[in-house]
Formats: sequence, C-alpha cells, structure tokens
Amino acid sequence: MSILGKLSWDAIPYHEPIVMGTLLMVAVVGIAIAVAVTRYRKWGVLWRDWFTSVDHKRLGVMYIVLALVMLVRGFSDAIMMRTQLALATGGAEGYLPPEHYDQIFSAHGVIMIIFMAMPFMIGLMNIVLPLQIGARDVAFPFLNNLSFWLTAGGAVLINLSLAVGEFARTGWMAYPPLSELTFSPGVGVDYYIWALQISGIGTLLTGVNFLVTVIKMRTPGMKLMQMPIFTWTCTWANILIVASFPILTGVLGLLTLDRYLDFHFFTNDGGGNAMMYINLFWAWGHPEVYILILPAFGIFSEVISTFTAKRLFGYTSMVWASGAIAVLGFMVWLHHFFTMGSGANVNAFFGVMTMVIAVPTGVKLFNWLFTMYRGRLQITVPVLWTLGFMVTFTIGGMTGVLLAVPGADFVLHNSLFLIAHFHNTIIGGAVFGYLAGFSFWFSKSMGFHLNERLGKASFWCWQVGFYVAFMPLYVLGFLGMTRRLNHTDNPDWNLWLYIACAGAFIIMIGIVLQFVQLYVAFRDREKNRDTTGDPWNGHTLEWSTASPPQFYNFARLPDVHDIDAFTEAKEQGLAYQQVAEYQPIHMPKNTTAGVLIAGSLTVFGFAAVWHIVWLAVVGLIAAFGFFIHRAYDDDVDYYVQPDQVAEIESQHLAAVKEAAL
Amino acid sequence: MLLRSWKLLALLGACLLLASCGGILDPKGQVASHEKTLILVATGLMLIVVLPVIFMTIYFAWRYRASRSNEVYDPKWSRSHAIEAVIWLIPLVIILVLGTITWRSTHVLDPYKPLDDEQPPLVIEVVSLNWKWLFIYPEQGIATVNELVFPAHQHLQFKLTSESTMNSFFIPQLGSQIYCMAGMETKLHLVADEPGEFQGFSANYSGAGFSGMKFIAMATSPEAFADWVDEVKSAPNSLGQRQYQQLAEPSEAHAIEYFAQVEKGLFQQVMHKYMKNYNSWKSKSGDHAQGQHSSPHAAHQSGSASASAKES
Repeated sequence: MSILGKLSWDAIPYHEPIVMGTLLMVAVVGIAIAVAVTRYRKWGVLWRDWFTSVDHKRLGVMYIVLALVMLVRGFSDAIMMRTQLALATGGAEGYLPPEHYDQIFSAHGVIMIIFMAMPFMIGLMNIVLPLQIGARDVAFPFLNNLSFWLTAGGAVLINLSLAVGEFARTGWMAYPPLSELTFSPGVGVDYYIWALQISGIGTLLTGVNFLVTVIKMRTPGMKLMQMPIFTWTCTWANILIVASFPILTGVLGLLTLDRYLDFHFFTNDGGGNAMMYINLFWAWGHPEVYILILPAFGIFSEVISTFTAKRLFGYTSMVWASGAIAVLGFMVWLHHFFTMGSGANVNAFFGVMTMVIAVPTGVKLFNWLFTMYRGRLQITVPVLWTLGFMVTFTIGGMTGVLLAVPGADFVLHNSLFLIAHFHNTIIGGAVFGYLAGFSFWFSKSMGFHLNERLGKASFWCWQVGFYVAFMPLYVLGFLGMTRRLNHTDNPDWNLWLYIACAGAFIIMIGIVLQFVQLYVAFRDREKNRDTTGDPWNGHTLEWSTASPPQFYNFARLPDVHDIDAFTEAKEQGLAYQQVAEYQPIHMPKNTTAGVLIAGSLTVFGFAAVWHIVWLAVVGLIAAFGFFIHRAYDDDVDYYVQPDQVAEIESQHLAAVKEAAL
Repeated sequence: MLLRSWKLLALLGACLLLASCGGILDPKGQVASHEKTLILVATGLMLIVVLPVIFMTIYFAWRYRASRSNEVYDPKWSRSHAIEAVIWLIPLVIILVLGTITWRSTHVLDPYKPLDDEQPPLVIEVVSLNWKWLFIYPEQGIATVNELVFPAHQHLQFKLTSESTMNSFFIPQLGSQIYCMAGMETKLHLVADEPGEFQGFSANYSGAGFSGMKFIAMATSPEAFADWVDEVKSAPNSLGQRQYQQLAEPSEAHAIEYFAQVEKGLFQQVMHKYMKNYNSWKSKSGDHAQGQHSSPHAAHQSGSASASAKES
C-alpha cells in the first residue's frame, strides 16, 4: 500500500457533475467568507473570541451556526431525493443513479440527526441552561469547547466524504452485513464510522459536563425541583446521553474491528451475527430520539408559560413525565425490528412498553393546554411554533403508537408510513421546538431581535410545507411503498410523490426565509436592540441578565426560592438591584487546546478512513500530546476585578432604567 | 388542466378510501385483513384523545389570546389535582385497552404460528439473493426466481433465509413481512383468500439493486397450480450447487426463471454455508435437517438441537 493508503486522485468524483457543481459552490462561498473575514480583519476576533472561547454562550452560538450549515446540507439531500422520486416514476431512471442516491439517503439521515438536530439542541442548552440555574459557566468550560470541536470535526469528515471518496451506501443505520467489508468495500462506511465516533465522543462529554453542572453549580437556594423546566428536560436528555452514547461508541468500535482487523462480530461467516449490531444500534438509537425531543418539550413549556404570562401548569407532573419518558425510552428499542422473528411475547412486551410512553407524553400535552387556560396568550413566533407542534406532534404520536402495535408494524415496517411518522415527530417535535427556542432566545444571545414578520412567514411555510410533504408519505405507506427505493413504476403512487415533492419546496422557502430573517435582523440590529435583557417579561433567571449576557453571567449569584425565580424577584421588587460592593469573579481563560485536540483527532479520522497509517499515528500522538500539554497548563483562570464588574453592571442597570421610563 | 388534476385527485382520494389500490388497506388474505382491522381499531381508539387535543389547542389559543382582555386571567393558577388525575387517567385507560388488544393480536398474528393446525401447509423455502428472490418448493421439487405461485385458500408456510445481505420478504396484500437473514431461518405463515396477482418485494434496503428486487405473487385455483407445477417441471434448467452459485452472482431486475429440479437440501446448505465445519459435521451426523436453525434465538454456529426450540 502506498504512503497515502487507499487515497489516490480517483477518490475525487470528477465524473459526477452534481457533486462537482456542489463542491464548486461550496468553494465559492468558502472563499467569499474567507475574503470577507480578511477584509474586515476579523480573523483575530474569530480565533480569540470564538474558536478558543470557553464561554458557554459563545459555544452555543457556534453549535447553532454549525446546525444551520448542516441543515442546508441535509436539506439539499432531502430535496434531491424528493425530486428524484418525483422524476423516476413509470420506469424512468431519474437523474440520480443508485450509487449516488444511496449515499444521499444515508448522508441525509446521519446529517440531520447527528449534525443538525444534536448541535441545535446542544447549542440551545449551552446558551440557556447555565443562565437558568444561575451559574457563571458550565462545570468544565474547556471540555465544553473540546466537545464542540469534536462535533465540528465529525461534521468536517462527513462533508469531506462528498469531495474525497464516497459516503456510506447503507442507510443511516449502517446495518451489517451490508456495512461489512464484503458488501461495502469502499471508504463510505469508514467515513460513517469515524464521523459518528468523533462527534459521539463530543456529545458524551457534553452530557457529562451538563449533568455535573446541574448537580454542582446551581445557584444557592435552588433545589432540584425548582430548576426551570427546560433545564429539567435537558437534564433527562443528558442522563440519556451518558447512558446511551457509550453503546454507540461500543457498537461502532465492534464494526470497526470487523472492517479493519478482520474480526467477526457482525459478519455472516466466522460466527458473526448481524442481529447483535441491530440490537445495540437501537439500544442507542431509540434513546437518541428522546434526547432530541425532551429538550424541545422543555422549550415549549418555557414558551407557553412566558407568552401566556402565567405559571406552567403541573410543573411536578412535567418533571416526572419527562423522567418517565427518559426511563421508558430505554425499554422499547426492539420495536425497530419486530419483523426480525422474535417470539410473540417479546414483540408484545416491547409494543406495550412503547405505548406506555404515550401516557406521559399525553400528560405533557394536557399540561401545555392547561397552561394556556386562563392565560393571556400572545401569538408570537415562538408561540406559533409551539401551537404548530402541538397539533402536528399529536398526529405523529398517534402514528407512532400505531407502529408500536406489532401486528400493524408487520405491514407498515420500513414503509413510507414509517418515514412520515418519524419526520412527523422529529420535524413537528424536535425541529419546531428548536426553531421556537431559536426565536425565543435569539435576542438574549445576540442582543437584538429577529424580524417578527419574516419569522411568521417562515413558520407558515414550514407548517404548510410539512403537511404537503409528509401526509402523502402516510398514504404511500398504506399503498405499499417501501423506503429507500431509487425509482418506482406504480402509477397509483405518482401523484402522491409529486405532492410530496412540492411540499419539500414549500419547506425550502421556509428555510430560505429563516436565513433572510437572520440577514434582516443583523442589518437592522441597531434599531432592534434588546436593551433590558427581558423583552418578554420572562420567568426564569436568564432574563435577569443583559442581552447578550455579561460574560460572567451574574455579578452576584442570585438567591432562588421559586421555579419562576425572576418573576418572583420582579414581584418583590428585588430585580435590578444595585449591589454596593462586588466580589472578584473567578473565570476560565480561553484555550486553543480544544481546537488542537479535536483537529488532531479529525486528521486521525481522515487517515483511518483512507488507511494512511503514519498519518493516523501522527494524529493520535498529536491529540494525546496536546491533551497532556493542557493537563499541565496551570495558567487557565483569572479574576474579574470588582471595579470592572461594577462598571458593566451599572451600564446594564442604567439601560434597564432608561427603558422603564 | 386544473380540472383534470382535480379529477385525478378525487379519483385518488376515492381510491384511498375504497382501498382498491393494492396496498395494505386492500387485503386479500386472512392475515392482512386482521392487520387492517387492527390498524383501524387502534387509530379509532387513539383519536379519542388526539381529536380533543387538537381541538383544545386551537380553541384555547383562540379563546385565551391576549387581545381578548375580557376573558378570565389567572396567572398564578398552576395546579389542580382533579385535572391532573384526569389527564394521567385518560391516556392510561386508552393505553390499557390498546395494550390488551396489542398483547392478544401479537399472539394471534405471530408469523411463526401456523394458521391452521389441521390442514398441512404448502411449504415454500425462500432465499433472498442480491437482488432477486429464489423460491424453492421442496414437496414439488421445483424452484423459481421472482415468481411465486400458490393455490388460493391454501395455507402457506414460508421458511426464509438470505444468501448475503438482509432483506425483508413482503407481499402487502397478504399481510406480515419478515426479515431474511444469512445463516438463519425465519418463518412466516400467509394465505390468500381469493385468486389474484399481488406485488411482492424486499422491504429492507440491501444495496444497489434493491429497487428492482420485486416478484410476482400469484394465487390460483388448485388446478391452475398443478398445471403451473407441471409447466415448471418441463423447464430445461435444474438447480444444483453449481447453478445456485451462478444465480447468487449479483444481478439487477432479474427475469423470472424456472428450475424443473432442485438439489435436495439446497435451502439448508445455503443456510448453513457460513458454518465453518458444516460439511464435515453434516457427514458425521448424516442428516442436516436436524441442525435447522430458527432465528433469532438460534445459537448461530453450534447447530445444537436446542436452537430449534421454537419449532417444537
């Protein structure tokens, strides 16, 4: 094998005009951004204040930027699939041959779940959670930076697969034996393995970090059952991350041994058994969907109770319902393969357990309804996303329970009904939630407001587009259309495929409007400043800070006795008090270690994909070296002096006072 | 143009409602009919909660919107034991009912369970290959590719395995699907309630040729079935190890093929081919049928008799 392993010029897909066109566009945009950053002399700012930052608020923003970029990538895949299926009817081949199409649907799933939804969720959690519990940062700020760069490293790898080599043609679950070397000899599955592995470690570290933060860093007086509901749902999600991501790491590790060292865990021969992979994969994969949805539930709760100007109905129920969902979420993974031949008792058990999850989920819906009851609901953009969610997700939940009946699953499994169902819950649940959170906390994070009209227009495009795109898939499922087909020849399906394609384009307008909204908000930022930090008369502590919050979050740690801590403070006249004397604030210093360690591991991942042994060794040694260097670095913190704190605080209080007049 | 597309839409809507489009709402067999009923009953039960929730969402959002300042406003009201009891109880009751239905129907619809204990089923062995279907009729001693013919009303017992990647054997109008996995045997029992031609395909992605991995499933009269068996028996080709190896080479959108004769035990050989010492073990034990695996509880390599617990 050559010094570059399997890598050669043949790895560049010159012969694929679509891929080369995409790469050209990416290059043009990339160069444009680089030129702009150079011209406005922002490289230093980017590096010092963002890339090396350990501030949870800035890391949160970077996570969301990553999520939005990957949303564009994942959605491009989606619209290519829908147009392919709309064109490739009645024996037509369409424009995407299977070897390309099969990569697209695999990449779409991985990107949307691992590199769009997860970073979006973790980004919002980063921005909001420490503020909600009155903490100055997370428990391990450097680890937080490293987690982000590991996630970004995984995203780099999966995007690199577009330009150099190929991505997996296995579906996003990469089931063996198809994903074994015998049937997938190319580098696609290796890209899959290393992109997931590297970002998965980042996610696991995030879970650990935020669990410790919630346990150890709550502001004085805040009991666990006084944590804001979003913090609670994130905490359940973090428990799930910590419990389930090691399974993913393990199962991918076993597949790696199969592919690299000729082991036989999941192969057909040598005593391997693919069913073990399927079991382990879903033992991670099912909790994963609850990791995505639980924080979204928290966002809806915050949005509804804020914009009805009312306490959340049934807080305790909400906390325990979330906990029940988290625990039950670990006991249902087998419903992903009722058709694998388990006995009736096993199938029935997992079917019933799955249905039981509908109970706490139903309770949550009723709790939101009774939060609206006798409230004063302002129909703002976050509220629209929430109402859209409540209607849409209820339908998705219903089809989910239907799929949990093994007898129904026997005919619906792997059909487009299933595709419609999980998009119904992931888009109508998780993504709507993140977009609600995005518009809810945008001004908190950036210091200026989004454009309300464009936000509403975007919502309606998503909402309408969702129904137009996915309701036909339910129908197609009933008509017997299975997933991952490259072309079809059933005339009864055609119209539904056309409608679904049109729906995807409506969603596309919604996505474009989100970006237009961002541009308009940025352009008009001076006009739309959030000067008080509390534009919605919020309930929880994040609204007591400035927008964007002071880098140390809280000059003095707030004393908390109630779930709606900031509402209580405002009612008792304790909010916005000038403190006579501030104490020095202990803060972490920015560090380059996260970028360097994750960068080295990404190089290692790339080298491992292409079997470039020396580079893999260099990458690993470098990562370890940077880690050791960081471990022996004592210069990691500093104190913000009281006079600086006093100056920042009086500026904020003056702004609040001025706004109140 | 617009009018025409509306007409088409109406037609398709009617087609969905009347369920005459060959999907799972147009069942042609006992299993599929049961599953359709199950889907409708479960959906109906869930609508008891789903419809009020959707209605209440819209109604509450409208009624308690900020501009209606004459409405009651109670910002501190956040708990009511009565309401909380009801909102835990209602979903719970519905899930109890649905859970009971699920437990029962799952046992009735167990794909491994014969549909009728009295009448012996027609046994058909199925091998999924890249990317086509091989059907072996052990009693008739024939085999076909991508064409499955059987008498209507005749209970069918499928024994399934895979040559390489995992597939799912599925004829929507007859009901349940089941995975085909290499080195393992799964089972499925189906029946067609009337003669007809149905679509069959793989419902689990298995690589490049997956989209063309379709077959025709034809339910006929007993006489027509006998004629068809004779026709297959007069085909020029037969299926032994050598021809099987040829057939196993990947091919896409494979044409229908008939084999007048099949080597005895071919299905078992395909299933056991990944076992390292299968051939020497077979010669020792003398009867390969004893070592049949039944997935997925089967001990994968040992071939021990305990593996076939499910069959007894």
